[in-house]
Amino acid sequence: MIEIGLGHYLTLAAIIFTLGVVGVFMNRKNIIIILMSIELILLSVNINLVSFSIYLQNLTGQVFTMFILTVAAAEAAVGLAIIVIYYKNKGSINVKQISSLKG
Amino acid sequence: MEYLILFLPLASSVISGFFGKKLGNRNSQILSSSLIAISAILSILIFYKVLMQDYSSNKLIFNWISSGNFHVNWSIYVDTLTSIMLVVVSLISSLIHFYSIGYMSHDPHKPRFMSYLSLFTFSMLALVTADNFLQLFFGWEGVGLCSYLLIGFWYKKPSANAAAIKAFIVNRVGDFGFAIGIFLIFFFYNTVNYSEVFLQTPQLIEKEVFFLGVQFNLVTLICLMLFIGAMGKSAQIFLHTWLPDAMEGPTPVSALIHAATMVTAGVFLIIRCSPMFEYSQVALNVISIVGMTTALFAASVALVQNDIKKIIAYSTCSQLGYMFFAAGIGAYHVAMFHLFTHAFFKALLFLGAGCIIHSFKDEQDIRLMGGVWKKIPFTYVLMLIGTLSLSGFPMLSGFYSKDAIIEFAYLKGTSIGLSAATVGIFTALLTAIYSWRLIFKTFHGKYNNKDNKLSLVHESSLIMLIPCFLLAIGAIFTGYIFKETFIGTNNLQFWKSSILFLENFSSEHPPLWFRILTPLIITLAIPVSYYLFVKDKNIINYLILKNNFLYNFLLNKWYFDELYDFVLVKPLKKVGLFFWKKGDINTIDRYGPDGLARFIKIASDKAVNFQNGYLYHYAFVMLVGLSMLLTYLILF
Repeated sequence: MIEIGLGHYLTLAAIIFTLGVVGVFMNRKNIIIILMSIELILLSVNINLVSFSIYLQNLTGQVFTMFILTVAAAEAAVGLAIIVIYYKNKGSINVKQISSLKG
Repeated sequence: MEYLILFLPLASSVISGFFGKKLGNRNSQILSSSLIAISAILSILIFYKVLMQDYSSNKLIFNWISSGNFHVNWSIYVDTLTSIMLVVVSLISSLIHFYSIGYMSHDPHKPRFMSYLSLFTFSMLALVTADNFLQLFFGWEGVGLCSYLLIGFWYKKPSANAAAIKAFIVNRVGDFGFAIGIFLIFFFYNTVNYSEVFLQTPQLIEKEVFFLGVQFNLVTLICLMLFIGAMGKSAQIFLHTWLPDAMEGPTPVSALIHAATMVTAGVFLIIRCSPMFEYSQVALNVISIVGMTTALFAASVALVQNDIKKIIAYSTCSQLGYMFFAAGIGAYHVAMFHLFTHAFFKALLFLGAGCIIHSFKDEQDIRLMGGVWKKIPFTYVLMLIGTLSLSGFPMLSGFYSKDAIIEFAYLKGTSIGLSAATVGIFTALLTAIYSWRLIFKTFHGKYNNKDNKLSLVHESSLIMLIPCFLLAIGAIFTGYIFKETFIGTNNLQFWKSSILFLENFSSEHPPLWFRILTPLIITLAIPVSYYLFVKDKNIINYLILKNNFLYNFLLNKWYFDELYDFVLVKPLKKVGLFFWKKGDINTIDRYGPDGLARFIKIASDKAVNFQNGYLYHYAFVMLVGLSMLLTYLILF
């Protein structure tokens, strides 16, 4: 039976973080997936915070995670709202077609 | 008074140049003419004072350069030599200003013309009133610039532009030598002021210098360099090619610049520097030989030319040759005397030619004239006076000065002197023939012009004839009046220190047969030319047929232009093209500015691809950047 320690948690967080980052730029379809990837990055950070909090016997990390979750929820709401408005204007949320930043 | 003489022409130039449009044509013409006329009157006053009261002065305008031991002033230096030049320049210039009012009556740019003429007068006066070589050089370049501007005055004519550029470039060759001369003077004398240079010269006559690996006597070298400058400005052989082409300019310009004043600047330079030239027999001999060759060459070319102005231009060239060999045999005062009388009769001839051209509605070819002497009697008489004076008909101005040159050359006794006398007499004969050819072809015989009706040929207006009359008076009387003063037995009292003679000329006269030889030849040339050019043209035609080669040789001006074209112009053009096309465009521009611009354009075209607007690309770049930054921070 393997003892699950800090290293495993951190590895999990790193894998999730990488998935999130790769999801941001590998994704060619849907802007909502980008939003979800960003959430994944945030969550991986949260896992880090919680693991260190337990490892160091310090509650500050878990409290901080609570705050981050709140802010992430708000951020997701704002992001979704932007996407809704964008869809109303452009009629599409396909990432391939979003290139109005082009100079 | 001196200040007014010098600066009135400058004021006239500035006013009619910058405010000519506001003043209007007529006003600026009258204004500039009268300002120059005042300057001329004051010059005559100065000359009178010099003549009667031994006046001389050196007025400072201001300090120009003061650097180390190099001190140069702007100043107005008046002595005998300067006073003569002042009279010649400002008097002829004012007459020609008035003449131009009539001559340029159909031209749309009158104030500009007046401005250039006045600027020329100012530069020429600055040249002759210099008391150092640098101010002389300033005037020298100033007249060169005005000559360029005035030859190219009708800038829409390509030939005028080409002639202007040619004059400028040929003069650069001479000026290069002149500049080297001035450098040498400063290098060895530590000053460029006349008085100090001339004072030091006797101590430096033994000095030897190396120039281009050849050992030269210092004074000789300086004199030769100065003479190269004089050759350029005075159109001596090898550097003469610009003068005939310069006739593209308006006729008053030819009269003022290319006959009476600017081209004599070279002679003036030699005479002014007589305290140096006297110490270098080599330089004097070179001057004599060049002068003789020019006199003979130009006269022979003038024999067969058909353009009325070109004939007179070659005649000027030839007369300048006379002045040079007179200076070369040491008779500076006679050279100056010839310069003085020549200014009058040559300006008269040019202005007369201008009247003829005006009468014939801009026709210059003497083959297309003839038989009009009754229609334009005043012009005819004026041209006759000019021609008689030029050819040296007894009792007219040219007779005194030209005969004096030949006599002094004969009296010199050396081989150079004797050959100069021979060349002088032979050239005088040629002069008489080409002058009378011009007169007979222009005024006598049949009327040959088909484009202009004979009845339309008319006399020029008074404003053009009056200056000619005044010049005619000069052409008749100046020789007689000033003979005794300039070259008489007591001439040293007149010249004082402005000319240095190391050896005195013998006061004897040449034998009688020699003295009557030249006038006799010249007088006999008149009926002979009349017979040849009017009565029986077959002889001439026969001669031309028989000596076709010689005729073409003369007609093409000894092929000097072709020679220069082949030896200098074409190769230099090729070199220039090579440097322009291969060096400049294909190397420097291609890899320099153009190459850089092209590289930046290509690089930015590539860089544009980064900014394609896709969010995930931006995110990727951000990530890469972040990880690179982190790597750097962690590793180092």
